[in-house]
Parts: sequence; C-alpha cells; structure tokens
Amino acid sequence: MSKEYETVIGLEVHVELATKTKIFCGCSTAFGGAPNTHTCPVCTGMPGSLPVLNKQVVEYAMAVGLATNCNITRHCKFDRKNYFYPDNPQNYQISQLYLPICRDGYVEIETGKLSVNQKNAGMTESGEVKTKRIGIHEIHMEEDAGKLVHDDWADASLVDYNRSGVPLIEIVSEPDMRSAEEVIAYLEKLRMFIQYLGASDCKLQEGSMRADVNLSLREVGSTEFGTRTEMKNLNSFTSIMHAIAGERERQMDILESGGKVVQETRRWDDAKGESYAMRSKEDAQDYRYFPDPDLIPVDISEEWIERVKASQPEFRPAKIERYKKEYGIPDYDIELITESKRMADIFEEATAICGQPKKVSNWLMVETMRLLKEKCMDADKIRFSPAHLASLIKLVDSKVINNNSAKEVFEVMFEEDVDPEKYVEEHGMKQENDEGAIKSICEQVIEANPQSVADYKGGKEKAIGFLVGQVMKAAKGKADPGTANKILKELLS
Amino acid sequence: MEKKLNELSAVELGKKISVGEVSVKEALDASFAAIDEKDGEIHAYLELSREKAYERAEDIQKRISDGSLKHPLAGVPVAIKDNMCTEGIKTTCASKILYNFVPTFSSTAVENLEEAGAIVIGKTNMDEFAMGSTTETSAFGVTKNPRNTAHVPGGSSGGSAAAVAADECSCALGSDTGGSIRQPAGYCGVVGMKPTYGTVSRYGLIAYGSSLDQIGPITKDVTDTAVMLETISSYDKKDSTSVDRDDTNFTSALIEDVAGMKIGVPRDYFGEGLDPEVSAAVKKAADDLKAAGAIVEEFDLSLVKYAIPAYYTIADAEASSNLERFDGIKYGYRAEDFKDLHDLYKKTRSEGFGPEVQRRIMLGSFVLSSGYYDAYYLKALKVKALIKKAFDDAFSKYDMILGPVAPTTAPELGKSLSDPLSMYLGDIYTISVNLAGLPGICLPCGRDSKGLPIGLQLIGDCFKDSTLIQAAYTYEKIRGDFA
Repeated sequence: MSKEYETVIGLEVHVELATKTKIFCGCSTAFGGAPNTHTCPVCTGMPGSLPVLNKQVVEYAMAVGLATNCNITRHCKFDRKNYFYPDNPQNYQISQLYLPICRDGYVEIETGKLSVNQKNAGMTESGEVKTKRIGIHEIHMEEDAGKLVHDDWADASLVDYNRSGVPLIEIVSEPDMRSAEEVIAYLEKLRMFIQYLGASDCKLQEGSMRADVNLSLREVGSTEFGTRTEMKNLNSFTSIMHAIAGERERQMDILESGGKVVQETRRWDDAKGESYAMRSKEDAQDYRYFPDPDLIPVDISEEWIERVKASQPEFRPAKIERYKKEYGIPDYDIELITESKRMADIFEEATAICGQPKKVSNWLMVETMRLLKEKCMDADKIRFSPAHLASLIKLVDSKVINNNSAKEVFEVMFEEDVDPEKYVEEHGMKQENDEGAIKSICEQVIEANPQSVADYKGGKEKAIGFLVGQVMKAAKGKADPGTANKILKELLS
Repeated sequence: MEKKLNELSAVELGKKISVGEVSVKEALDASFAAIDEKDGEIHAYLELSREKAYERAEDIQKRISDGSLKHPLAGVPVAIKDNMCTEGIKTTCASKILYNFVPTFSSTAVENLEEAGAIVIGKTNMDEFAMGSTTETSAFGVTKNPRNTAHVPGGSSGGSAAAVAADECSCALGSDTGGSIRQPAGYCGVVGMKPTYGTVSRYGLIAYGSSLDQIGPITKDVTDTAVMLETISSYDKKDSTSVDRDDTNFTSALIEDVAGMKIGVPRDYFGEGLDPEVSAAVKKAADDLKAAGAIVEEFDLSLVKYAIPAYYTIADAEASSNLERFDGIKYGYRAEDFKDLHDLYKKTRSEGFGPEVQRRIMLGSFVLSSGYYDAYYLKALKVKALIKKAFDDAFSKYDMILGPVAPTTAPELGKSLSDPLSMYLGDIYTISVNLAGLPGICLPCGRDSKGLPIGLQLIGDCFKDSTLIQAAYTYEKIRGDFA
C-alpha cells in the first residue's frame, strides 16, 4: 500500500563575494594565482596574526539581505567554528552563529513558467503560473577555506591557501520548497539579485555559488517534518534536479519498506547519479562555536542601511516591466537582455544615445551573443562601451558604412572597444555613396561579365546577385549594395 | 660605587648614549657580559640575537651620532618575552610545538620599540604559551629568581622579569593575561605594568586568551615603565581590539604628587591565605601614600572569589581555540610516525604540548562543548560583566585600588606544579584586572624575612594608566632605592 509523500526542501546556499580583497586581510581574491601567492600571515593562520574585517563584505551581505526582505541585525558578531582540517589554517573558521547579519527574509518565486535553465535541466512546463514565497531564515558572513591537492604519486597532500579567507555569505532558507522546480526558481531568483547587486558572479560550475540541499519526506497532509538529509557537491542545476529526484526516491523506498531515514550528510556523485553517506548525525562534530575575541562586534547604523538601500539597483522584474512600457521591443529580447545587468545597462545607455532600441537590441541579441558564445565569455565581461555601440548604429544609419563593414568593426570593438568612427576613418572603410563612381564600377563589371549579363537578360533574376557581388568586390566592400543593385538594374534594362 | 652600564635604568643608559658618553656597542657589551656571567644559572633567555643586535647597533649608533635618532630608548638593550613574534628570530612560546618557529614579521610592540632605536638582544623564557605562574611549565627548563635562585621568578613572564632583575638587559616586554607581568615583577622586585586593554597592539603576540592578553613593560623603575609604555602604545589597524587613544604621553605623569588622590583598599584582598609579611608590607605602602597626602580608605570590592573560575573558563575557552593552529601541518613540531591525518594531529599535539597546556586546552574545549556552553562559558561571561560592574562602582568612589600582587612571595622551585588548583588561587589579585580590562602596575614595596621581594599592586580605571603611573612614581620616591 503506497502512501502519497510530499517533498520538503530547504537550501543552504554559499555565495563567494566579489570583493577585491579577502574578508580578514588585504590579500587578493583573484583566481588563478600560483599556489600560496595570494596569502599573508593572516590567511595562512601564522601565530600572532589577527583578522581585520573588510567592510565591503558587510555591505554586500547587507545589500543581499535588503534585496531579500531580511531584517538587518544592528549589532552583529563573528563566531569561531572550531574543526581540524588542513585546508583551514587556524583550525577554526570565522563565521556567524549567534548574531548573523540578516534574518527573517523571503523571496518570491514564480512556478509554472519555465526559465531557460529549467528547460536546460530537462523540465517540462506544468502549466499554471503561480507565485510563492520562500522564507530566508538567515544570511551570515564567513571565510572560505583553502584547497587540498592530493598528490597520489608522492602519497602526500599539498595545500593552497589562495582561497583561504575569500569572503562568503551563506543564505539559509526555510524548508519552504516542495519540488526541484521551486528549488531552481529560488536559486535563479537569488542569483539574479546577487548578480544585479554585483556582489558575486554566482557560477555554480566554478563554485562561486554552492547549494546544499536539505530534503525530507512526509505524508501529504502531515504538519510534522520528516527526518532530513543534507546533500552536498551539487554543481549544476541539472545535478540539483537529479539529486532531488534520487534522494526523494531513496527516502521513499526506506519509508515504504518500514525503515527510518537517518539524519546524515550525503555526497552526490553526478557521474554515477547517486549519493552516498559522508557522516551521520552521531558523528557530527561539535564545533564549539563561541564569539571570536579578535573581532569587535559590527554595529550597523540606520544611516548605513539607508545608504546601502539607496544604492540598490533596479532588479530584473521591475526592469522587465519598464522595458515593456518604454522600449517596444519583443518580450523575448527583454528576457534575454535583462538576464545580465551588464547587458541591460549597455542596452539602456546605448538606446539613450542613439534612440533606436530595436537596433541596439539586435546588436546585443545577435552579434554580441554570438561572440560571447564563441569566446565562452559571460555578459558581465563585455568590454565595449554603450557609446561606441550607439555610434556604430549611427554610422550604419547614415550610410557611412554598410552592414557588413559594421559587423567587421563590431568584432574589433568587442575585443578592444575601439571608437568605430575613428576606426572606420583610419581603415578607409567609408562606404562609396557617390552614384557616379558606383555607376562606372557597374559599367566595368557589366563589361567583364557578359555571361551573367546574358543570363540576367535571359530571365535569370538571380544573376544580378552575382553582379552586385562583383561590384562590391571591385569597390573593396565600400559600396552600398542597394545602390549597386539599383544602378545595375537601370543599366541592364 | 658607580653602577655598571647594565645596572642603569633604561632611561639613564639612554641618556648616556644620547650624549655620546657611552656607545651603543658598549651598552650591548655590558648586557651580554652579564648574560654570559649569570644566565647559565638564571636561564632568563631562550634565545640570544647577539649578531643581529650588534649589526643593528652600528646603524643605530650612526643615527644617534648624526642627530637623526633621538629617543630615550635609542641604543638601549631590551629583552622580549618569547610569545611575541620577532622577524628572523626564533619565537617558541617556550613550547616544543614551536621549537623551530622563526616568524616572518615582528609584532607591532617590538616594531615600535625598534623604531625608537631600542635593540632586541634576546627572547626570554616563560610558562609554555603563558600558561602558568612560575615559568616552570616552559618546555626548555626553568628560570631562577635572581633575588634567590632557590625560588621561582613567577610567571608567565618570568624570563623577562628575571632578566631585568639580574641586569641582563635594561628593560623588557612581557605579556599579561591574568597577572603574567605584574606577578613576576612582584616576585623579582622590579616594576611591571599591564596597561588598559587595547592600549598596546596585540598584533604579533601569540594569543593565549585574546580578550585578556595585553603586552606591557617590565623595568627597573617607574620612569622606565612610563617611557617604555609610551613607546609601545599605538593604535594599530592590524588589531581590531586596539584603541585609538590620544592620552598615551605617559611620561607626563611622572609627577611626585598624590595629594587628594582617593585610594581604595579592598578588605577582601586581605583575608585568608594572604601571607602576613606581604600584608604588612602592602599596608605600610598604603600608609606611606596616606602620609604623602592620599586619601586611603578600606572598602568591600565583592565577587573576588568568583574571579578565578570565571577567568579560567574564559581564558581556557579562548586558548583551546587559539592553540588549534598548532597542528604540525604548517610549521613547528610534527610527530614522526603517524597513520593518518587524525593520528598526525593527535600525536603532534600530545607530544608537542606540555601537561599544563593540555590541561587548559581540555578544560577550554569542555566549557565550549554543546550542552555545557551556557552553563560554563556564558555564565563566566556574566560573572565577568558583574566583576566589571563592581570595579565601576569602586572607581566611582576611588581613583585607584591598592593591594598585594600575590598572596605570598616567590615560592620555591618545584613546589607549585603538583597542585595546579592552588597555583590558580595564587592569581586571585591579578586576574580580575584582566577580566575588567583595567590597567594595573606592580612595584616592590619591601622584602620578607627570606629577603624575597614583596609586590605592591595599584589598579586603575580603564584609560587611567597615567594616574597609576603618577601614584607609583610618587610611591617609588617615598620608598627610595630598591636594590
């Protein structure tokens, strides 16, 4: 006899903040340095060193808290979480337990309408669009650990402290989610807020956003929670979705066969598509949390909160609504452009200068997207300035260059953000708009291509295309193909 | 008989150097000669930085001679307790676990001294990780009290106090978590001061109890204490608990005047357990100050007996976490044979830490454990707040509090460690000062029948370090030379 079960999910999301320096010292947070080059006595736990809080971390944490409707703790403190592991140079992690910076917030998610990520993760539309509130229990600040590199050949492990002390926030949700779809909608919402705030790039694959899934089952209608497990090592939306499905299945099998779910931490193996137990509650460590005596409490004033509030950007839902009213471009364009704040900023600024939203949108949707994909870049790394895009559009509009030349210029702009006007000038790319000059080229082309001329005259309309091509070639691409077409037809009629 | 250079106070020696009467090299020669002669027996030092000292002396001498360096401590040989990092000089905390540790940077207090032109001549012995009251928990042998070598110098800054008392340096730095500067100063008959918490940067001080630790001077007289404290005090952005003070010109408090000063003497400090000879000497000092114009009154401080359990709970809790970084992974001692990571940690720490340190790590871990945190650690914090309040009340009536620094004079070597509880009880007069973050100074006020020095302690309100210096300076003048 099979019962009906409800899945109850809460998330712990770690986000690496985009500060230039670490949370408790002045070392760089940049990726890719040689091992232990972005380190100092503080982030390697040398005796006698002391942590000093990076205020930017507090600002980012506050900004995320305000965006997610949290209360900001006016007097917050750091605590030490004590545990021994070589990637943790002090053998305690500075975190927040007793007085985290943000509490009691929520985000609103929409379900029923699938996003690109949900579709990519293999979900199917469920129909009706619903709005749901997911509670946020707390957000706290903490430091990241270093990285262990296991050298199988030497039977040794090496440790790299470059990541040690990189600032993180941990966003702990209430157990308010009931499906993988809600989980992904929630993560996307968080990611949008955080990316729009510039607080992090939130890449699951690269680990700048990490989600641990707490999942339990209960009979439909029950108000008690079941025993939960925590799943780690989920580094894509797809693996989150599979892990949720797999864990639901596993727990259901246990419950159906009359067993009890054990409270434990499990590690998801994406390749095998299954999870295995890492540690159970019984051997859970006692972290002996206590307030870090090396750091003074952070007192957050009303003014400070107001200042952070005032600098909050317009978030995506508001932006989408405004774009619909202001710009008259297709909803599909709006969806894609607002997916990245950088892209949206470029769109708005370029449109403000050239007054042609659709043309700006086209450049972003077609050429920009193509180049981003080709170069495996993220939109927030776009280098060209909106002013240059606007002036490129103007150059085409006023027929100074044709579309093909414009694409050529854009590729250079995309790489080096050159000024298109200057570039066109310097590279002699200006279009030949003098009809007399084009006419003489056309005459030469007609002269040199009797076969095509005969074809055209014989009714093969397509032959004109070849002739236009020859004109463009002779004009080194600088002729306006429309003008060439018109003159050729005149000459051949 | 004229004093030898190493017997002069730091300020006296500095003056002679500044006017060219004595060279920096001669000053060093004198200290090192005393060390060579006596330290075989006293064992105040763990490490000498002879070569570096002479190298620096040349540069300092040049700058003094050309007039670019003017500071009362320029060219003066100083000793540093071995829990303060010194760049390029071994810093062990008197522990096997750091037996080979050479820091890559110097603590801010040491940097401040060096900037003034003082010359670090060596690192002094101490109780391992500053845990102890006798310097007998050092992993590298005991230090003997120069006043009577059958006795301990006190602790944990016993090496620094002994080095100053034995004229093996002009002045020294100690650190004080529960009396570790004041008590050995008292036992060795020198001056030691723990300033208000936050006055001296803790950057580079290897932490024992971070919320209680404070660096301070150990010197031959109060003038040296004022000069040294003024030199090492600084607001340091590298230490979040450092305080930005604009009243650290402590030498301006070297005034012989206690007229009208209100001094409270806690009755609770003169109860059971206090040696009668110590009691008499301290009371005599109170009378002397009264005769000089101070208003001296007895009062009830209360809560005194709760200070010891509260202190050991908080200090050990912090220590258990602070000492986690010593794990054999990154630096220091690592056990030879181990099966796996856990075994590496266990063996390294069992072999690397001495028994007293292990005891405190275990106590500290216990009071922070889930289920016990509220009952022990949180309760201790509440007691700490009550103690602070009791001192606040006292300081609403008095400018300072006067009492003994320890219940007895220096015990004999080998008599203390077997009974840790009674050793902890010996800290009764000093630890509440740390719990409340107050300044305290200790200076000699007599000797017992065995000739061992007796320490007088003055305790001030937060940031009233100057008041203490003024009273101590005045008392010193009344008392006369203590040799």
